[in-house]
Amino acid sequence: MTDITSLTAKQAIDAVVAGELDPAELFEAYRAKAAADEHNAYCWVAEERPADGPDPRSAPLGGVPLAVKDLFCTEGVPSQSGSRILEGYRPPYTATVVDRLVQAGAPVLGKTNQDEFAMGSSSETCAFGPVRNPWDPDRVPGGSSGGSAAAVAAGAAPWALGTDTGGSIRQPAALCGIVGLKPTYGTVSRFGMIAFASSLDQAGPMTRDVTDAALLYRHMVGRDPADATSLDHPEEIALPSAERLDGVRLGVPGSLEGAQPGVKECFERTLRTAEELGAEIKEIELPHADYALNAYYVLAPAEASSNLARFDGVRYGLRVEASDLLSMYTRTRHDGFGAEVKRRIMLGTYVLSSGYYDAYYATAQRVRTKIAEDYRKAFEQVDFVVSPTAPNVAFELGALSDADPYEMYLNDLFTVPISLAGLPAISIPAGLSDGLPVGFQMAGPAFSENRLLDAAYALEQAIGFDQSPAVAR
Amino acid sequence: MIDRDQVLHIAKLARLELSDDEVETMAGELSSILDHIDAISSLDLEGVPPTSHVVEVPSALRADEVRPSLPRDVALQSAPAVAEDGFVVPSPQA
Repeated sequence: MTDITSLTAKQAIDAVVAGELDPAELFEAYRAKAAADEHNAYCWVAEERPADGPDPRSAPLGGVPLAVKDLFCTEGVPSQSGSRILEGYRPPYTATVVDRLVQAGAPVLGKTNQDEFAMGSSSETCAFGPVRNPWDPDRVPGGSSGGSAAAVAAGAAPWALGTDTGGSIRQPAALCGIVGLKPTYGTVSRFGMIAFASSLDQAGPMTRDVTDAALLYRHMVGRDPADATSLDHPEEIALPSAERLDGVRLGVPGSLEGAQPGVKECFERTLRTAEELGAEIKEIELPHADYALNAYYVLAPAEASSNLARFDGVRYGLRVEASDLLSMYTRTRHDGFGAEVKRRIMLGTYVLSSGYYDAYYATAQRVRTKIAEDYRKAFEQVDFVVSPTAPNVAFELGALSDADPYEMYLNDLFTVPISLAGLPAISIPAGLSDGLPVGFQMAGPAFSENRLLDAAYALEQAIGFDQSPAVAR
Repeated sequence: MIDRDQVLHIAKLARLELSDDEVETMAGELSSILDHIDAISSLDLEGVPPTSHVVEVPSALRADEVRPSLPRDVALQSAPAVAEDGFVVPSPQA
């Protein structure tokens, strides 16, 4: 073996189990790469391999290290959700999903940068500065899990944990040319995730290939007594093996308006590949999907304004001193939150305020019902709904951050409807447009992860995407 | 349209101090975002039930039993100001 960091996580685990690879050496190789990373993917890197944890040779995840998005609480390790308001915070406990993965044999390698409180599609709103895309350092990696995506794409992590509220796993995975799975809402515990929008937030794997995504997800799922909204997955998650897509019906929504021509071309090429594998392509209608983004920007900010009320300078993080309590609250929040977070807190407070609740919040919740119905109907005709993951390839740093905020929100045009319906979806790299990765998104019914991973695997093998240009930079 | 006074009212509800510049910018940006959002008001949603949660979860009730929680000193260790086993805040009346 020349470079042990070129192995996928599954290959590395197999090598550890076979006694051909020393897990301590593997951890150190990644630790060195993470510490030297030039994409600002990490906000914290472990100084050494954790002494506790199971024996890698008998643990299912083989001691292969894991990069973790900053917003997962990790005991004694900085966890700020990319925000100044949590400056210096080292939680006294660890998020359930991180703990499960550590117990399964994946020690924490580092914490990755993200948009502040996961609000963004570019990883530019991070308190620790913008993350850069390994395919082109002048471009964004997407967001909000941009640090996790960049770390995996640059080979500075074998795999990573991200979270997805409206597209925050899938869109950065697409823009960085890696695989990202947003699971069915509820299948992964949210306990210890610093909350953004609780009815939408869901943790998921960000990996080099579909097999690694299945493997990591397998050890993430399950009901957690500490999260009352979590549930057991009805199936054990299997490693994918499908070679063909015979009999698989892929539904393409009629309107893919807003997608760049290069992205559309790549998408259509992927559809032809799917057909060659035996899939049947059908056009479908999702009549309310066009309203998803509008409803999302009521619901998510409303939940955020409530969740972020806890940051008040009393129990943790930043405090700006003042002579009275109210001024201490308002000044702490003024100094601690960035512009996008303030915007969403204001928007959320407005739509929940007296006299506006029905017009905005209650209406958006009804739109959510209609969108979920649209998908239920679609899945009577097709197995998966497919689209480009994002309407565009990675854009230049600063290109959208000073524009009308809604321009940035449009990045999640194709991911948000699925989030509102709570459905699982995967983004796999489909090819390049102007030398930059394009993601192909497949969404399935609730709990269809095994079928989804299988279909994504068959496509992945046929596409044969080459990640090395990102790693070489 | 959201005006200056509305921005200040919402900021007060949100316990958020905004500079004069931020108030100006916020009024324009919130108005623009709400213009986009207003598209949902054109839909006929008569009789459609609201969705607050997408998946059915089994009853979250559990037995009311005493269980260990964070020790007090650990719960206090991240606080900006602590005294006599509690969080210290300025007086509401000062």
